[in-house]
Formats: sequence, C-alpha cells, structure tokens
Amino acid sequence: MSAPFDHSDDSVVVIIGTGAGGGVLANELAQKGVSVVSLEAGGRYLPEDYINDEWESFGQLAWTDARTTSGDWRVARDFPGLPTWIVKAVGGSSVHWAGASLRFQDHEWKAATTYGDVPGANLLDWPIDGAEMAPWYDKAEKKLGVTRTNGWPGLPGNNNFKVMEAGAKALGYTEVSTGRMAIMSHEDGDRTMCQQTGFCFQGCKWGAKWSSAYTDIEQGEATGNLEVRIKCHAARILHDDSGKVTGVEYFDENGDLQMQAARVVCVAGNSIESPRLLLNSASPMFPDGLANSSGQVGRNYMRHTTGSVYAVFDKPVRMWRGTTMAGIIQDEARHDPSRGFVGGFEMETVSVGLPFAAAFLDPGAWGREFATALDGYENMAGMWIVGEDMPQETNRITLNAEVRDQFGLPAPDVHFDDHPNDIAMRNYAYERGAALYDAVGATRVFPTPPYPSTHNLGTNRMSENPRDGVVNKHGQSHDIANLFVSDGSQFTTGASENPTLTIVALAIRQAEFISGAMNRGEI
Amino acid sequence: MNTLERNRGLTRRMLLSRASALGASFVVGAGFIAAADAAWATETQHLSPETFATLVQMARDIYPHDHVSDEFYVIAVKGYDTAEAAADIEAGIAALDGAARGRGYAGYLGVAWERDRVELLRAIEESVFFQSIRGGLVTGLYNQKALWPLFGYEGESFSHGGYINRGFDDINWL
Repeated sequence: MSAPFDHSDDSVVVIIGTGAGGGVLANELAQKGVSVVSLEAGGRYLPEDYINDEWESFGQLAWTDARTTSGDWRVARDFPGLPTWIVKAVGGSSVHWAGASLRFQDHEWKAATTYGDVPGANLLDWPIDGAEMAPWYDKAEKKLGVTRTNGWPGLPGNNNFKVMEAGAKALGYTEVSTGRMAIMSHEDGDRTMCQQTGFCFQGCKWGAKWSSAYTDIEQGEATGNLEVRIKCHAARILHDDSGKVTGVEYFDENGDLQMQAARVVCVAGNSIESPRLLLNSASPMFPDGLANSSGQVGRNYMRHTTGSVYAVFDKPVRMWRGTTMAGIIQDEARHDPSRGFVGGFEMETVSVGLPFAAAFLDPGAWGREFATALDGYENMAGMWIVGEDMPQETNRITLNAEVRDQFGLPAPDVHFDDHPNDIAMRNYAYERGAALYDAVGATRVFPTPPYPSTHNLGTNRMSENPRDGVVNKHGQSHDIANLFVSDGSQFTTGASENPTLTIVALAIRQAEFISGAMNRGEI
Repeated sequence: MNTLERNRGLTRRMLLSRASALGASFVVGAGFIAAADAAWATETQHLSPETFATLVQMARDIYPHDHVSDEFYVIAVKGYDTAEAAADIEAGIAALDGAARGRGYAGYLGVAWERDRVELLRAIEESVFFQSIRGGLVTGLYNQKALWPLFGYEGESFSHGGYINRGFDDINWL
C-alpha cells in the first residue's frame, strides 16, 4: 500500500504531530517501508511562506488554542492564556526553534543519583545513558547538519555574540563559542548556508536551519509510505477490549469527526497536548486516561529554568542582525552544588525585535523606566539562560473542566510553581549575566523574566519501573504495547541543554525499535 | 478568515468588554488596525475631541518616548474611536479627569508635570481600563513599522539578502 491510506486501514502507524519528534519518526519509519499517517493540527508552511515580522509570524505559526495557567510562575501572571510559545504547523516547534543542538552531559541522564535527595523534587534516573545514546546522537547530528560535528565548521559570530564573548572572557569563562547549531555553515545540496538574516524564531526563510517541515516530512512523503493530513486535530485514542489501541479520532479541517484505524499510535504533540490527549482518551477500562496506571501522565512538567539578561551600552550593538542564538557559554552547565543549586545552565545569545522587546522585556511594566529601556534598543545585547529545572509531581497538565477549545474538548491547564532550586539557579544566572555585561561596559542591565515556555518537557516521562513513569526506555507506554510517546514529554529530567537534538535522537532510535517490533509481530 | 484576523476581532472585543485584559494584551491590539490605514487625523467620530486628546496624553505617559511624535500615539489609540468602544473610553477618561479634579487640577490634561499624571495612573493601574489601554499600546505603538527606525530597528532583512554582507559582525568598539 502507498499513501494516501484508507481510514479503515489498520496496518498503518498513526503519528500525532509532525515536529522534531513526530516528523523525524514519520520519516524514519517511512524509510524502512512502514506505512504512516501523520496527523498535524496546524497548516503547512514552507520557507517561502514564513513571515519576518514578529507579530504577523506569531499569528501564522503560534499555538493559540484555549489554554489556562495556574501556579506561582510569572508566566501565569504575564500571559495567563499563553503558557507556551510553540508552533501549530507542519514541522511543529522545529519551525520556531533557534537551532542549538547539544548532547546531554553524562551525569544528566542520572539526575537522581547525581543530585541526591532534593526536597520537593521528583527526580528519577533515565533508564538510558550517554553510552546508549551516543550512536543515536551521531545520526541526529548528521541529519540536522549540526555545526562543529562531522567536520563542519562553526557559524561566524555576530555583534550580539561578540559582546557576550568579550564579557565571558573578562569573567574567565573558557567554554565560549558559536556553538553547535543545526544551521548550515556550509553549502550542501538541499539547504542554503546561513545568510545572517535574523528571525530564526519565525521560521528560516533560507531553509538554513533544520526543521522537519522541509526536510524529514518531505523525504518521508517521497517514499510513498507517508501521508500527512494537515489541520487534523487528534481528539481521542481508541482501544479495544484487550486494551490495545486501535485508532485515533480527530477533527478534520471542516471540524468533522473522523477516525483513522491504526496498528500502532505514537503521540508527539508536545508536552502539553500529548498528556492532554491521553487524559482526554479516558474510557471505562482506563478511567484515568490512557497509559496512566502510574498516575504520572501530565505530571513532572518541566520548562527549563529560563530567564534572559539584556544590557544596554553606550554604543550600538544591533543584536537583531544575524543568527538569533549566535553563541553559547557552557562553563556554568556543570553540576556544582557549591553555587547553591544542583544542575547547571547554559548561557546563549538571544535577540528579539523591537515589537517583542516591548512585549517581553518586562511584561506589564510601563512608565519612563520601561520606555527608556526601549530607547536603548539599538545599543542592546541579550542572552538567554537555559538551565535544568526540577521535576515536581504537582507541576502538571490537567484537563480544565470549565474551559473548552474550539472543538469542545476540555482545555489543558498548565500548572507550574518554581522549585527553590530553580529560583536559586535563575538568580545566580542573572548575577553572572549582569556581571558579564558590566565587564564590557553596560550602562544598564535587565534581568528579564521567563517568556511563555518554549521547552516543554516531562509530562509522560520515561522510567525503568512502570510505577514511576509513563513510558519505557523506547518511549513505549508501560501499559499499552502499541502506544508510544515520541516527543519531549518522555524526558525523565530536563538536563541543561536545549532539548531538540535529544528528541530527534530518541525518535530515530524509536523508529528502529518500532519497525523491529512490527517485523517480529510483537506489536 | 485567517488566525491573525480572528485574533484582531477577538482582541477588540476582549480589550473593552472583558476582565481578562491582561490576557488580551498579548494579541494584536486595537491600534494595530488603525496603523494599517496610514492616514491619521485628530478628528474623531465617536469620542469627544477632549477625551481623545486625553487618551493620547495618557498613552504617552504610559510609554513616554521623547523622540517620538504625537502622530504615533494618535495612531496607537485611534482604534478606540468606534461606536463599540466609545462608552468605555469616555467613562475611563471621565474617571481619570475626576481624579485629577479631586487633586485641584482642571482635568488630566491640566496636570503639567508627568510625575503628577503618572501618580494618577498608578492609582488606576490595576483597572481593566488602564490595563486594556496599556496592553493595546504594546502592539498599537511598537508594532508600527514607521516607528521602528526611530529606535534603530531595521525590521526584516531577507529582501536585502540578510546581513551576511551588511554588517552582522560590524561592531567596532569592543
């Protein structure tokens, strides 16, 4: 059989979501001859469609379906209806990501063992480790075209990076570079070299940055084994009396309820939608939702201990020019409890245009203090802090009984309270960031609060023991053999690295496992 | 109707009729629509000229940029000059004028020093009215493309081939 597939064809693997996890999985399975139907809630946009205007692009790409927030995190106050800044489109958030492609450090696979007892944290070791993942990281780096791997050069540093680099050297940091980026630093057949255009968050118009939207999805479709259905919003995963999943109900572009039969179902809708779908699929046999015998579905929501430091100088920087995430400092990524917290953080350049600076520099602020900060926009440099946050059982995605989405499905509520470790890390990082910019002559520094979450992790976590998590080391649910989780929600802990490379590596590895299990008739 | 258009419609309703003003502030604000039709004028259709002038001053006091002319603030709040919005705006400005009179001024516009006007605004900053105006300005003011050069911001560069040959690394003072 080749695509398109019949709705009653129960030989297909149905994958929900086409981002870094789902999009890669779809292609990898299609390459192995497996029939795949990918359901994508959003539309399809390619580089020529991307808009280099922050608000207009937000209107084109952002996931703005009904969501609510609770907890003490500042996002709940600043952006109560927008807990995340992720993408609803083919390619998912791989359209929006900045491209930083870092491997976990070995100790980060074993956070519980390494960090010991952290009160209030629901830490757990991953059931896999760095040695297990090394060959899959190799494949992921090759697929994404990651700079400084496979003999490819690093990207050149832009103005924003040069400011950060000078400050880093003044502070004595040594692990400073333009990083490992899934942005082409050389020409090859398919993807253009980075033209230093900026607007990496709005979709790369050159296709220089890797996104599944115009790589894996198209490669998978070319095999004839992959059918992508856009504007199809998964509503419920169905199962039979034996407890095996049998298909997925979804709303199509016209809002009509459809059903696609399936041999295997893989959930990759990002860490809000994936647990929401499992919870919304509750049935008499699984009253707490699918794959939820542990009670961990939706729990341990992590979003990285983020924050930004912006600084104004007496001379121009023009941070918006060139690669958005143009460089990285990794000295603070180590685990060193003498700093007052466990785990570590990365410091990465970031920039926003004037419209988003107005919205995000200090949300809700007004008056001359705020206005004069923007007056210094041309002379501004910026960095983003991305550090490991603590999984907490009470940080979780639940179904909001009061609020429904456009299809009448209960909306997700995203609850997050900062852990004391998160706060200690953020405050330390703010101090280091401010000291760094002061060292190059900053006249004013802004410790900017976290944006709506871009790194959403952990809500269907991987565990050795079925009591502790939702999926096993292959992303296969502990409860249902033919139900998989294929996105960042399977992260046991968050580590300090940007998650996409690890999501891609896990998806490549999972494709190998699923096709093997299908060939052996195990699923 | 695309998402952006839906957001605009939603925003305008939410801005003036719902308590969730903070949430509404995130999506594209009222001024964004006014900005789209390049023309600006101080003639008003639904708001009294005094009310509109006060609204413009309030907008400047919320985000005061001394190098930005009134034109941009007018465009940013022109979207409130509608039959739908007029009553709420008139009421909000009337309350602000009332607070000013309570302190011995002729009205908000009669308060000469910015710090004294800001004090009046601080007293109402949690109100739906204030938060709606402030939230709308985030996009209504700063998303005006004509404003960007006043802050040095260059906007998109794709049509110029990016910055690879146009100064992405031209910093010379480090």
